[in-house]
This record gives sequence, structure tokens and C-alpha cells, in this order.
Amino acid sequence: MPAPELTDVTLTVNGVQHEITVEPRRLLSDALRHDLGLTGTHVGCEHGVCGACTVLVDGKPTRACLMFAVAAQDYAITTVEGLTRPDGSLSPVQQAFKDCHGLQCGFCTPGFLTTVAAGIEENPDPTEDEARDMIAGNLCRCTGYQNIVASVLRAAELQAGESEESA
Amino acid sequence: MTTKSIGEPIARVEDARLVTGQGRYADDLMPGALEMAVLRSPHAHARIVDIDLEAVLDLPGVHAVYTYDDLTGPMAEPLPLLIPHPTLTHGRTQYALAKDEVNYVGEAIAVVVADDRYIAEDAVGRILVSYEFLPPVVGIDKARAAEHLVHDDVPGNVAARMEQGFGDAAGAIAKAPHKLVLDIEVERSAATPMEGRGTVARWDRDLGRMSVWSSTQTSTGVRAAIASKLGLDLGQVDLVTPDVGGGFGVKIVHPWPEELLVPFAARALGRPVKFIEDRREHFISSAHERGQQQHIEVGFDEDGRVLGVDFRFWHDHGAYTPYGLIVPIITSTQFLGPYKIPNYHVVFESLYTNTVIVTPYRGAGRPQAVYAMERMLDAIAAHLGIDRTLVRERNFIQPDEFPYAHGEMSFQDGRPLVYDSGNYPELMAKAKALVGWEDFERFRDEARAEGRKVGIGIACYVEGTGVGPYEGGHVTIETSGKVKVSTGLTTQGQGHQTAFAQIVADELGARFEDVEVVTGDTRRSPYSVGTFASRAAVMSGSAIALAARKAKEKALRLAAQALEVDESDLEINDGVVSVKGAPGTSIDLGTLAVLSNPLRYAFDEASKAATQFVVGDPGKPPVPEGEEPGLEGKDFYSPMRSTFASGIHAVIVETDPDTAEIEILKYAVVHDCGTLINPRIVEGQIHGGVAQGVGGALYERMEYDESGQLLNASFMDFLIPYVTEIPKKIDIDHQVTPSPLNPLGIKGAGEAGVIPTAAAFASAIEDAEGITITSMPISPSQLFDLRLQAAADGTTNQEGTN
Amino acid sequence: MKPAPFGYRRPGSLAEALTAYADASDAKIGAGGQSLIPLLSMRLASVAELIDINGIEELSRITVSEDGVRFGATVRHSDLLAHEQVAAVQPMIPAALHHVAHATIRNRGTTVGSIVHADASGEMPTVFALLDGRLTVQSVRGTRELAAPELFIGPLETSLAADEIATEVFLPALAPRHGVAFDEIARRHGDYALVGVGAVVGLDADGAIASVRAGYVSVSEVPTVVDLGEPLVGHRGEITDDALRAAGELALSHLEPEADIHATAHYRAQLVRVLTGRVVRAAYDDAVARSNRSEGTPSNARS
Repeated sequence: MPAPELTDVTLTVNGVQHEITVEPRRLLSDALRHDLGLTGTHVGCEHGVCGACTVLVDGKPTRACLMFAVAAQDYAITTVEGLTRPDGSLSPVQQAFKDCHGLQCGFCTPGFLTTVAAGIEENPDPTEDEARDMIAGNLCRCTGYQNIVASVLRAAELQAGESEESA
Repeated sequence: MTTKSIGEPIARVEDARLVTGQGRYADDLMPGALEMAVLRSPHAHARIVDIDLEAVLDLPGVHAVYTYDDLTGPMAEPLPLLIPHPTLTHGRTQYALAKDEVNYVGEAIAVVVADDRYIAEDAVGRILVSYEFLPPVVGIDKARAAEHLVHDDVPGNVAARMEQGFGDAAGAIAKAPHKLVLDIEVERSAATPMEGRGTVARWDRDLGRMSVWSSTQTSTGVRAAIASKLGLDLGQVDLVTPDVGGGFGVKIVHPWPEELLVPFAARALGRPVKFIEDRREHFISSAHERGQQQHIEVGFDEDGRVLGVDFRFWHDHGAYTPYGLIVPIITSTQFLGPYKIPNYHVVFESLYTNTVIVTPYRGAGRPQAVYAMERMLDAIAAHLGIDRTLVRERNFIQPDEFPYAHGEMSFQDGRPLVYDSGNYPELMAKAKALVGWEDFERFRDEARAEGRKVGIGIACYVEGTGVGPYEGGHVTIETSGKVKVSTGLTTQGQGHQTAFAQIVADELGARFEDVEVVTGDTRRSPYSVGTFASRAAVMSGSAIALAARKAKEKALRLAAQALEVDESDLEINDGVVSVKGAPGTSIDLGTLAVLSNPLRYAFDEASKAATQFVVGDPGKPPVPEGEEPGLEGKDFYSPMRSTFASGIHAVIVETDPDTAEIEILKYAVVHDCGTLINPRIVEGQIHGGVAQGVGGALYERMEYDESGQLLNASFMDFLIPYVTEIPKKIDIDHQVTPSPLNPLGIKGAGEAGVIPTAAAFASAIEDAEGITITSMPISPSQLFDLRLQAAADGTTNQEGTN
Repeated sequence: MKPAPFGYRRPGSLAEALTAYADASDAKIGAGGQSLIPLLSMRLASVAELIDINGIEELSRITVSEDGVRFGATVRHSDLLAHEQVAAVQPMIPAALHHVAHATIRNRGTTVGSIVHADASGEMPTVFALLDGRLTVQSVRGTRELAAPELFIGPLETSLAADEIATEVFLPALAPRHGVAFDEIARRHGDYALVGVGAVVGLDADGAIASVRAGYVSVSEVPTVVDLGEPLVGHRGEITDDALRAAGELALSHLEPEADIHATAHYRAQLVRVLTGRVVRAAYDDAVARSNRSEGTPSNARS
């Protein structure tokens, strides 16, 4: 077996540039977790169904397990770690999940948080049905989703409150 | 008076970490560890003729390859049979790595340890195994027929045959005015937590210590297994449970082969080693549950009162029985539910098949039991033409009959089956009100006028929770005033750090924010059992309450000396001990912690503050006999028997007349778990349980083909519900009948949501369709087939058996 | 679940990509990867070299004209959904795209990639066939255009040569007095359809049905379109249940529903009947609504 081909990759994650050297086959999820140490992105199925590994690629929710790190160079990637404010305070989505008991074991949570962060950016005032639609591609085995839907609505509320304050 | 914390829907203290990506799950630990991948059998039943490792050994990045031949001593013995039982006459367990024969697709044959998982998988793909194929036994029918055997030395594929009962069931049924026979079945499903199994180990040669992190439901069990298998003293092994991404039963099984092979390799290679199970592996090498065939004969009177039941069932146990007979024993005992059954006989056979092992999955045999009983009661109601709730009410154990003993039956813990408390008629009244039972016929008529088909279903359960033998609690008050709490059982998302802190805050009089709870760390709590059977709140909650009381006693004793008052005049609020009615005369818990240790190094403010107080009797040694330095309380809770939670679920469904799609219009839950520590957490447990119940009733099943291949070993084809498949609202009503068996009156709540769900759906779909439902889960395609069958047979009942 | 090793190239121009693809053996073109990467990770597929075309600017364009919608090989499903004029020119595109997996997958997955994946249980190959779409494929040898009948030659199999790259797809605009609808039934929302149906209904100047064509998902080996005109042409006003039933039976005579772990063959057949009725009726209603709307409006209002 020939020595694996290695490629230099520049990843821009949460506003920071990282240089890594990886095989082309390295999944973005593994690069984030194991090369950059950003272990908040979780891997639940590695075939794109569960959504635990969802990160934002240029602001759009994307499965990190369905992208190769080497193909992620031209984008700005945001992981759950990047949702936290620079001062360490929680973003509206994080705060809402905490307030509404929107998580139990917490394993699927980062994928929900990134998805909802983008979702309420696009639709700042979702109805309950729209909230449900927003998270329809993420699996959770603990919560039965009831409090996650509530968290989405709460996150929108918190975000609206913040934009009012800053306006 | 301090605000009472127990009973409040306090937001979880766990969440700040988890919503910021700061959780630490098994795969987040030990960056740079070598990674293990497993060669798993692609065949359901075969003899291993040869394993050729030639192509692997020179692969760059590969550090080791192990097969059975590399195992010696206890590692070469079969894995332990955790819970033996006298009727488990033919218990069998697998080897850490297959020896000579494989018995299911997914059984571990060899492991590779490499620089990373990619290389390890490359290497696994290059191992060549030659097999001699044996006939696979798949499904209960094949196992019962026993044309072929899973294990040569297990006749009839029967691992166990167990018989229990009381009264004279056969006689009662023979004499009964009415009789019915039901043959029904439940398919296989699985826990499938979002995080699979995972184990990380580091061997420290200098200290002679093995540090292991495992995604487990029992830290102490895994620790003991590793020590014993690797020939280490128990004291050399530390087992720490990191954040665990869900368990639901599958992670109580131990040791998994990888839980031994990871520390084995870490010691052999002198490098940290990690195994992280992937999703496909989880489907084919972790555990499944639920699969049973059931045969029920029942005799009853004109009012629907059950006179006698003969319950026979066949339990698909998979290829091995590492967890003993827990699941079928629970089915056989919890079948009785909230009902007074005067004569009962149950017999089951636990059967081997060439499939993944069957061990508890949330509910653990109870969903099958409730399904059997509730199908039977629905059949009685239909037979007599009376309301389904009335049949149930007429058979209920009454509130004044507790404690209620079911004859001479013994439960899963080997103790007599005695219910401690409950009020089932009131539960039923609440359930009917919550779902709108009495108004349903009007709704049905309206719907029917629009060409719609709707149905309502109901199912009752009793859940034995909080089984022994024991759990411990350790409460330590530090000089900072922080209260450190440890209990040995593990956490997989239940919010123990919050709920247990609430208990300690109340019992001790500490501020909730000052209490920090650690679970599942054998360095802190070496004696513990584990998290299963809805036992954590009951067992560790009680133990922690008792430990906090001991700490409080000592705090009051010291404070009485320091303040020179009588203990009975003192109270503790918000971490400050003060004289009742004279709050100015006080001393805080941190200062008392300083005073509790005669060695008063003044390292902090509390130590300086303590210098003004004097404690102890100058006539005695600094640490008097019977005392210990430090302000701590430690205790264990060990109940005589389980406490029995109860509840009723009711569901309204609509079935599409054309496509047979099943829509949930309303889902109502009434439940009684005794004292609620944190209602928000309890409701979260119910939501999650119901969602798994919906999955188990309408979506999830393991699809094995005849050769033993699992056809849907992915989240693409094993259909865990998304939000779009779950009721938009789950109506919940609580009832509280405290348990007399433990200090806080708690009953378990973790599994309740999933237990009666399949039974309630079967009842509702049957009601909507007028077709008898005998197999769950049910898909639209299957319902459509039932309609065709019923139309062909002319067996459709008049709609509505309400 | 990690892919086996492969080489990787990211050409900056189409010419470079075509040369690289022609020179490579056992290479695959990567754009969205939402179907390919899981197969690689499960090691159900392997590839010696992955040629990533995401860096080729000219493949990322969407051009909408009165004639139809043209989009390149790296255009994401979500790009088409977000494009305001796409829905106006060919409403079938968003109607079907909403059923393609989940939003997160649509953010990365490409519509051209989905079409040339040629999965008869995917929505977009069927839509491509139903709308008489044209696929442009290029190689160092030249350029050619393919319609569905030439493209889809077997299950998951296309007539693309080993050196040909699918570069863009053209889907014609919806003709005047036509309407569309798409619906499907899946086990879970977002799963592959047990059965999916898209229909295009055309009206004549008097508002009677002039044409009905329906495309089917998950009930044939290759994406299949059935002309349902026979029982329906000439209908005005409410379409009768009998006519829709006849349409369903007609459709079934062209389809081969098969059993899998999620549904029996005759359940799929039932869904063909039910969905044919529902979708044809909805497409007819859509045609009527569009005709009514356009009557009082200048004909070039759309652009």
C-alpha cells in the first residue's frame, strides 16, 4: 500500500485560520474534532442522517460528516464553540436551550444549536410549525423534541429582544 | 427559611457546558490516542477456519492486531454472565474475540490498533478470514422449530425455561363463563443512543494504574471486569464515566469486548488507546430488545373481571445471554400491571438465535408485558361489548389494598412482588379527563361524517423501579463552603447533577448553587451498582439524602459547640448555621468544615474566620473516638424491595382511508412517580420516553433476513422519529402517591414514557379500523395489508369498540 | 466508518477538470457529495481519485429566462429554492425540491449531481424526465446534450462515458395554461419516498384538459414518465374520481412497484393510485388558477 497522500489544508473556523496537513479522505467532522480540537461538533451516524455534526458553512447548516476537510477551505465554518459570544456569554440559541430544558444527554445538541442559529437568522419570527420545520433534519433520542421546539421559539424571542436593545 | 428546592423546576446546571460545546464525551478525551477498529463477522453462523493477518502486519501506522490466539488467562475465558439465574440452565456468553465460531453478524473476531481510525479500518479490511458456514437460526419461529441449533450443546435453542404463578389458573379458566385466546407478537427494536459505545484507556507504568473512561451505565461494573480480566487489583483500576450521549439500557451491559480490549492494548503497547463505536457497529454489535411471541389464555366473568390467566411467551434472546433473564422475567411479572389477577400462570422460554444479543432497552420487558395485558383487556371489552376503561377499572387493585402482594410471585430482584403504594382509579379518572374519553364518540361521529377514520386507545402500566441492592452517597463540605457530592451510578442525560443537588440543598440547608455533584467516578465512589431500571433518583437520591442528613448532624454538633448553644436551637439556611430566632448568632458551613479538622492550616479566609471559635472537648483526643476529621456524611441506601410507579397513556389516532398512514391527533400521559424532585426533568423524561414509544409502535424494527443479515443497520433505514413524527403536544398530568419505602417518597420515572405506548397505539388503531391488531410495531404498509386481509376474510368488526 | 484512501484534485477551470478526468482512471467527480460520501464512508464505494469541481466558477451559475432554467453542476438545491425567478418560470422545481431530503442536505447537495446519480427513488431525476430537461455533458472530446430517455439506462446507471462530466441542466419553462403539483409519501418526513408523483397538466383555450403527464419516484428501475392523457383529456370542471382512478391504473401499467423493508409492492401500487389522483387534481387546479391569473395580466409579466 502506498504512503497516503497528504494535503495542506487551511480551515477558517469561528473566525480563526488553521493550517493542517491531512489526507484527502479526512472528513471535516474529524478534522474539526481531532485536528483542531473543537470537540463540540459530535459524530452520531457518519452517514448524514442524524445531524449531530451539523456546522455552518458560510452561514448555512451543513453536515460536517458529508464534507471532506480538503473541500472546506474556501468557506467560513462556524461550530458550536463559535456560537458562544467572545465575552463567554451565551448566544440566544444557547441560552434558550438552557432555559427550556431543550437538551438531556447533550450529544445531538450542537447540531441543533447551529441549525437553529442559522434558522432564526433567516426567519427571525418563526411560527411553531416553522420552528418544527427548522429542526426537522436532526435526530434527538432524549427529549422527544417538545422542549427543543420551545427552545427555537424562545431563541427567536431572545434574539428579537437583543436586536431591539441594540437598535 | 430557605426556599425549598425539591419539587421546583430548576434549570439544569449541566447545560452551560453542553450548549457551548464543552462537554467531554469519550471521543473527546485523550487526543492522539491510538485508535481501535474491530473486524466483525459478516456471517450469522460460521466456524472460523483461518485468520490471515499477513496483509496487515506491515501496514504503516498499524501498532497491533489481536485475535483470540493473543488472549491469555482470564481474557481467554468467555465474558461473564452477569446475572445468573437457576432457570438459566444453558447460559452462554461470547469471548472478547471469537474463538472458533461466530454466532451473529457483528461478533468481534479481531481488533487492529493504529495511529487513527482510518488506518485501523484500512487494516481491518485486509484481514482475511476463511469460514465454514453453519445454518443460521433467525427469528423466534426458527428458534422454536430447532431444526438447527445456535449452540451445539443447547438442545431446542432453549437457554432458559421459567415458570411462575399463583392460584389455579388452568382451573379458573376452565370454570370461567367466558374465555379468550390471543396470539400476538412484538418485534425487535433497540436503544440507539445518539452516542454509541466508547472506551479510552491509559496505562501508567510508573504508578501501576489503569485509567479508563467508558461510555457506560455502570462505572463500578466495568472497573471490576477490567481488573479481573487483566489480572489487576481493583485498586489499580480507575473508571471514570465522562459525559455520556444517552444509554437507554444498552450501556448497562458490561464488559463489552472492547471495554476489555482497549485497556488490554493500552497496557501491551504502553500508549493510550481508544475505541469509538460507529453507527453501523452499534446496530450489529450492541444490543437489541423487545422481540417476543405471546400466547394468552384468559377466563373472565360477565363484567369483564379476570378470573385466571395463562401467559406463555417465547423470548428472542439473540446469540448469547450475558445479562441473564432480566428482560423476560420482567415481562412475566409486570404483565400483572395495576390489576388483581386471582389466578396466574406464566411460563416463558428464552431462545437463542443467530442475531445480536438481547439485553434491556428502556422499559426492559415491560412494554411487551403491558402490550400483552392491555391487548387481552381490549379483547375482553370487545367480546363483552363494554367500555375498555370500565374493564380496566373493574380489575384495578384498589387504593386501600396497598401494600399489595401478587401471590407468591418474585420480581426481577428476586424479592416478593409487592406493590408499595398507588391509586389506579384516580389515575384512570385523570386519564379519561385529559384525553377526553367521554367526548370521543361525538368526535368520531363528526369525523366519520367527513369520511375520516379516528380511534382512541388506552393502556395502563405499573413499573417496578428503584431495584436494589444499594447505592451510596458521599457529601463533603469544603472549607470554601462548597458542598461536594458523589454517587457512584452514572449519568446519561437525566440531569442528576441538578436533581441530586436539589436534594442536598434541601436536606443540608445549603445553597443550591454551592452543591456540586459527581457521578460514575470510581475514584470518588468505588461502591455502586449502576443506572438502569429507573433506579437513579430512588437509589442514589435516597442515599444522598441520607448522607446529607449525616453531614448536617455533624455540622449541627460542631456549630452547637462553636456557638455554645444547644443543637436543637440551631437551623441551617443558605449554608449558614444560626440560632433560631437570633440570626446574628451564626457560623457558616465553610467555617465548620475548618473546625472539623484539628489540623487548621489557615490557607483561606474560612480558616482565618474559624480562629474565633473553639470546638471539641479538651478532655478528649483532638479526634475523639467514633469521629473522623472533616465535615462529611456518607451513607448507603438499600431498600427491602422495589417501589412501583404507575401511569396511563391514552392516544387518539387518525388513519388515512386510502394510504393507511397513521396520524397522532392527541397523546395524553397521566403518571405517578411519587415525589417529584424536579418536575421539568420528569416531564423531559416522559417526552423522550413517549417519543421512543412512538418509534417502537410505528417506526422502529430490526429487519433481519433469513441469513441473519440486518438489512437496516443505519439511521437511513432504522426509522428513529424526527420531530415531524412526534405528537406536537404531549399532555401530561401528575399524580403523587409517595413511596413509603424511601426517605423522600420517590418512585422511578425514567422508563415510564415508553412502557405503555405500543399498547396504547395498538388499541387506538384497532379502534379506528375495527381490525384486530396482533403485531407491533405497525407500518402503513402493514396496516394496508391488514385491511386487504380483513376485507378478504370479511372479518372487519363494526367500527368502534369504545 | 471512514473512507478508504483516495487522491484529490481541485481544478480551477472546466478545461482543467476535463483533462484531469480524461487522464484519470477510476476517478469520480465530486460536487455536493451528499450521496457519494456516505457510500465512501461505509466503504460501499471506493474511488482512486476525487475531482472536486466546486472551484469552477462557471458551474455555479443559475440562468433564468422565459424559456426555462439553466443551472450548473455545483448549484445547490437550496440555491434553486432561494432563487426568486425559478419558481415563477418553472414551479415544479421548488415543488419537488422541497421533498429532497432535509434542508441541511439541500444546502450542500447539487441538483445536477442528484440527476446524474440517476436514482429512481430520487425526486430530481424524475422531474428532469417529466419536464423534458436536457443535460449538458462535456469531455475533452466535445459537448453533447442528453434527454432523460438517453440518459437513464438502468438502475443508478447513466449513459455518461467515463470521461464525461455533467456540467449543466436545462429545465424548460412551464408553458402557458399549464399547472404542476408534486407530492410524495415517505415513512418519515425527509426520507426517500415510498412513492412520489409529479404531474404537469395542460389546458386548452376553453379550459378543458389537453394534456396530463406524470413522473414517478420509487416505483420503477429508472425515472419513469407516464402520459395520463387518455382518461383525462377533455375534462372540465371537477375531475371525476373515476377518471382519476383510471389514470392511476394507467400509470400502474407502466410501473413496477417492488417490495422493500418499508413497504410491500401492492402498498406501493396503492400509493401510486392515491397519489396519482391527488397530484393530478392539484396540478389541474394549479393550471386553472394560472390560466385565470394570466388572463388579466400582460403575457410578459413573468419576466
